[in-house]
Amino acid sequence: MDWLQQLLNGISLGSIYALIALGYTMVYGIVKLINFAHGDVFMLGAFIGFYGLTALHLGFIPSILLAMAITSIIGVLIERVAYRRLRNSPRIAALTTAIGVSLFIEYTTIYIRGPQPEAYPDLFGNDKLHILGATIRADALIILLISIVLMLLLQWIVHYTKIGKAMRAVSYDAEAARLMGISVDRTISWTFALGSALAGAAGVIFGLYYTKIEPLMGLIPGLKAFIAAVLGGIGSIPGAMIGGLVLGLVETWVSALGFSLVRDAVAFVILILILLFMPQGLFGKNVREKV
Amino acid sequence: MKARWLCRGNWLALMLVFVLALTACGTGGGGGTASNGKGEVKIGLNLELSGNVASYGTSAANGAELAAEEINNAGGVNGLTIKIVKQDNRSDNSESANVAVRLMTQDKVSAIIGAATSGNTKAMIQLSEENKIPVVSPTATADSVTVDEKTGKVNEYMFRACFIDPFQGKVAAQFALGELGAKTAAVYTDTSSDYAKGLAASFKKAFTEGGGKIVQEESYVQGDKEFRSTLTRIKGANPDFIYVPGYYEEVGLIIKQAREMDIQAPMMGGDGWDSPKLVELAGKTNLNNTFFTNHYSSQDPDPQVQKFVKAYKDKYGSDPDGFAALGYDAMYLIADAIKRAGSSDPVKIHDALAQTKDLQLATGKISIDEYHNPVKSAAIIEFKDGEQTFRTKINP
Repeated sequence: MDWLQQLLNGISLGSIYALIALGYTMVYGIVKLINFAHGDVFMLGAFIGFYGLTALHLGFIPSILLAMAITSIIGVLIERVAYRRLRNSPRIAALTTAIGVSLFIEYTTIYIRGPQPEAYPDLFGNDKLHILGATIRADALIILLISIVLMLLLQWIVHYTKIGKAMRAVSYDAEAARLMGISVDRTISWTFALGSALAGAAGVIFGLYYTKIEPLMGLIPGLKAFIAAVLGGIGSIPGAMIGGLVLGLVETWVSALGFSLVRDAVAFVILILILLFMPQGLFGKNVREKV
Repeated sequence: MKARWLCRGNWLALMLVFVLALTACGTGGGGGTASNGKGEVKIGLNLELSGNVASYGTSAANGAELAAEEINNAGGVNGLTIKIVKQDNRSDNSESANVAVRLMTQDKVSAIIGAATSGNTKAMIQLSEENKIPVVSPTATADSVTVDEKTGKVNEYMFRACFIDPFQGKVAAQFALGELGAKTAAVYTDTSSDYAKGLAASFKKAFTEGGGKIVQEESYVQGDKEFRSTLTRIKGANPDFIYVPGYYEEVGLIIKQAREMDIQAPMMGGDGWDSPKLVELAGKTNLNNTFFTNHYSSQDPDPQVQKFVKAYKDKYGSDPDGFAALGYDAMYLIADAIKRAGSSDPVKIHDALAQTKDLQLATGKISIDEYHNPVKSAAIIEFKDGEQTFRTKINP
């Protein structure tokens, strides 16, 4: 039952990509900016969760909530300090700033606590479920559950709340939304808060699942999530979810076939192919879904 | 005003350095014999006492100083007392070369112990040839320290007290076949590290030659965190034994993820596993039934080892690590060579070092082979609930 095991491995990895990709896609949908600092917000989430669990002795759920709360504040701050003034500048200026913010977060973290990695505590012990010869750990199930809950919550916020409606309106046409009395700045702040909170949760989940966290850990998952967002059609929320899962499954299957060394290469080849032949991605055409 | 004064100070300092250098040249020019002073033999230490691998060099220096003290208390070598000239190379290649020049030409040492890392040791190769001063590295494991990579020629004045990387793979294969009775093995290698690739190649060779079968070969690169899909493949091949040469950061995650997937086969690696971080990353119980090869274990019941561990603890108050043990052995290796050479002449010490045979040291019985590498035993360390315990010693 190797294939079932590999499927479970792929879904776990994919749901982490999907959570990070959501933040990318929401921010892009609303301000047309690829926020490269997003991967580092994910890293900060992992560390906040770690200190919540070890230094403050909080439980798992309080730690994840703490990480989400703090990362959402950080997300809003990043937007306020670094991106807001550049909203009407050429896109390349904002993009360069995003890379600068990313490096700033990474090396400030190294400056404060050093570059050494940390090991996440083992919260769920070795409880395992055996399904048809595949082994699934209790924490893998919890991770999946949390990812699904967060994604459903996001869908609900976007479609059934006032702020969600505002986000969709600003994404559709910021000028028209302003004329309708929607505060564009506030809506953008909300978008950053939500996206960063998801990245923070993904960080804690990542730490639990892969144990090792370090200040530069956001780089590769951040890029992979960006690929996932592009794959699903950047700007589309369901696209980011599906894109993340597809990417996780593809990477797992590449390793499963014995090509683990080219796993990252395959992910980037997908990015290039999508950009060449299908720049709108899987769900990109569905303009009304954009946030 | 102040700036000007500083300027003048600098000039004075420069002048002083210049004059000192001149006098050093003057006294050094005609020096043929290396021992000066009465009944003294100078041994230089070129070690990493600060910088990013300071813990390696400090341990090795502690070990060497302890050995020198013991030798001197026992009456020295051939009546000569050992005098240590300790210098810090700041974990830096070019500083290591500077230190070596100073030790060889100004301090006129008879031999040098150092450095702890392969890179810093290699900075001394050319200098040792030019000045004809033997250099014994306690812990540089790279092949190219004693043998030139391009020409295959032995670096005449370079020696070491530790075994080289490929030997660990060979020992692991012997252990897997003999003690664990494994017939099939999987090899999971860090392909971004020459160290791991060297270990894997020698393991595969020794394991198949010993009658075992390699059923699965997989690889990863440094920085990977997701190993589950590859481990699923290894699980499918169902090997008796899994060899994972690599460094603790990835190995810790591999062991954790493997045990979580119910892969219960024994796993083994090399001295790259030797870090407290490994226990944190893998988890205590997951580490049960895993082993690694190391230069020595402080729990080895061998009386020679226990004597050293006790002396070290009395002097420094902590358990000696592998670097300390090898620094200690490097000093005894040189002392033995001086004794047999009957002189403190560096060239004669070099000749004697190359002929070292069956010398009993703390990390095992040691003979120097034609490539200036020691032939010696390796310790197998087993993890029991997160504690490193001595399992056995394997002779080549």
